[in-house]
Amino acid sequence: MNSKLQRLSETLERVLGVKPVAHVGELTVEVAAGRYLEAARTLRDHPELRFEQLIDLCGVDYLTYGDRPREGARFAAVLHLVSLTHNWRLRLRAFCADDEFPLLPSVVELWPGVNWFEREAFDLFGIVFEGHPDLRRILTDYGFVGHPFRKDFPISGYVEMRYDPEQRRVVYEPVTIEPREVTPRVVREEQYGTE
Amino acid sequence: MAEIRNYTVNLGPQHPAAHGVLRLVLELDGEVVQRADPHIGLLHRATEKLAESRTWIQSLPYMDRLDYISMMCSEHAYCMAMEKLCGIEVPIRAQYIRVMFDEITRILNHIFGVATLGLDLGAMTVFLYGFREREDLLDCYEAVSGARMHAAYYRPGGVYRDLPDRMPQYEAQHTRNARALAAMNANRQGSLLDFIDDFTTRFPKCVDDYETLLTENRIWKQRTVGVGVVSPEQAIGRGFTGPMLRGSGVEWDLRRKQPYEVYDRLDFDVVVGVNGDTYDRYLVRMDEMRQSNRIIKQCVDWLRANPGPVMTDNHKVAPPTRVDMKANMEELIHHFKLFTEGIHVPEGEAYAGVEGPKGEFGVYFISDGANKPYRMKLRSPAFTHLSAMDELARGHMLADAVAIISTLDIVFGEIDR
Repeated sequence: MNSKLQRLSETLERVLGVKPVAHVGELTVEVAAGRYLEAARTLRDHPELRFEQLIDLCGVDYLTYGDRPREGARFAAVLHLVSLTHNWRLRLRAFCADDEFPLLPSVVELWPGVNWFEREAFDLFGIVFEGHPDLRRILTDYGFVGHPFRKDFPISGYVEMRYDPEQRRVVYEPVTIEPREVTPRVVREEQYGTE
Repeated sequence: MAEIRNYTVNLGPQHPAAHGVLRLVLELDGEVVQRADPHIGLLHRATEKLAESRTWIQSLPYMDRLDYISMMCSEHAYCMAMEKLCGIEVPIRAQYIRVMFDEITRILNHIFGVATLGLDLGAMTVFLYGFREREDLLDCYEAVSGARMHAAYYRPGGVYRDLPDRMPQYEAQHTRNARALAAMNANRQGSLLDFIDDFTTRFPKCVDDYETLLTENRIWKQRTVGVGVVSPEQAIGRGFTGPMLRGSGVEWDLRRKQPYEVYDRLDFDVVVGVNGDTYDRYLVRMDEMRQSNRIIKQCVDWLRANPGPVMTDNHKVAPPTRVDMKANMEELIHHFKLFTEGIHVPEGEAYAGVEGPKGEFGVYFISDGANKPYRMKLRSPAFTHLSAMDELARGHMLADAVAIISTLDIVFGEIDR
């Protein structure tokens, strides 16, 4: 860890009271859903942090992570922040408390640019952002049912669409294609190939 | 007296000025835009979800299909994020090649961006001029990868192969006489580097030509000056990056501020605008082409003098040579594992962003140690830029809404992903 990252890490620990995790030269801070909004505000406004730009917000579904039983919550929102003043980057992760109804406060008043990112996370993962002014679906079709990026949503979806010449309109039908996997997913056991 | 009501119109999804499949619902009061609501997702292919069911290397060509105007920059972010996770060092020659093609891509994109802005505003000539130079650059893509657009040339650990020693030439056809053919092939006699070198010497003159068509043109200025003004605070809060941010006078360029590859060794200026309007962003893009030209020239000089490997020798991510594979048991196993199972990326997460032509293009990976990414998130600059459409277009005339869509420099491949 270089000195700049060290300094940011120490500042974060002092200001937020959370120890950041350093990995491949990047810092990650995890906060609980209840502290998320307050932590985001501190990150933006604290003079020693000044993360005034939000680069990205995305949802993550940890349902099948590592193909092992899951500890902790299923859904999380991951934010990537940049400080133009200090030239710093930071990743902020907030887990949603309830797996059945994932809910987080919206940070749209802090960074107006997050508007569409939160709509996207709602559309694809079903994470509801409380206080968002316009939480509509954004990427999927009008009238789409379900949240397609959840791990339990099949990659081929549930419905397919075609033009019906008799009814002279587009109709939705259950999918006819079989799901297939060309290369299976493999997670190697620990110590693979090292004995 | 007749009752005057607001008027709602659909712009797109099939409209030449919509830059793809944008459906823009405009609420108009007379000809003044009261509200603009972009509907996106008509080109949504769920690239991020597809990547979860494909191996790390199989998803790489999808990157070309995101922003199909600046292909290699997206590949670059993908490779950098993977290299970060795997802890791979990229050979220095490959880094120079990547930087050179990043800048070629930037010129490709900016020519297209400026030319289509001109086309949308009724200045057709610059489009025709610009596409002449774009053709030469696409030939460079083709020479190096075999594909004019969807190159898949950057690979984790380096680039697919070294630069070719011979630039492909035009062949005889019954529509061309010998003299015309010789003229077309005049700058294609040597290697690819000779061709690019020749391009860098004539390109500044081409930019001058575009500028004579537009920069001082009265109609052009009337259509662009003061249209779509973004203040620096607005640009930062809205998450703008690239020319959209620099056009507003914020000096922020990842190539300079958080240099990746070999940008810290190269000499170039960061171009910054003043007023944050469409005209300033046009000027920023014009000047960035000149700066990219400078960088390409420096890369060409370095690449001529310094031969070397262009791919890492770590065979956990890069395939071994055919000769080694046939003669050596361990390399055979590596080859087999690589092409059946794919690369295993250590558990962890990484984000890598590059200063793409449109702004910061980032790739965020979560890996759980499998041969496929657990989650891939693509951060596309145009997505955030388009999200500000309502704010930018409000109070402008309908014709200016077209100029604003164009100045955002959007491509639907990467907005909808």
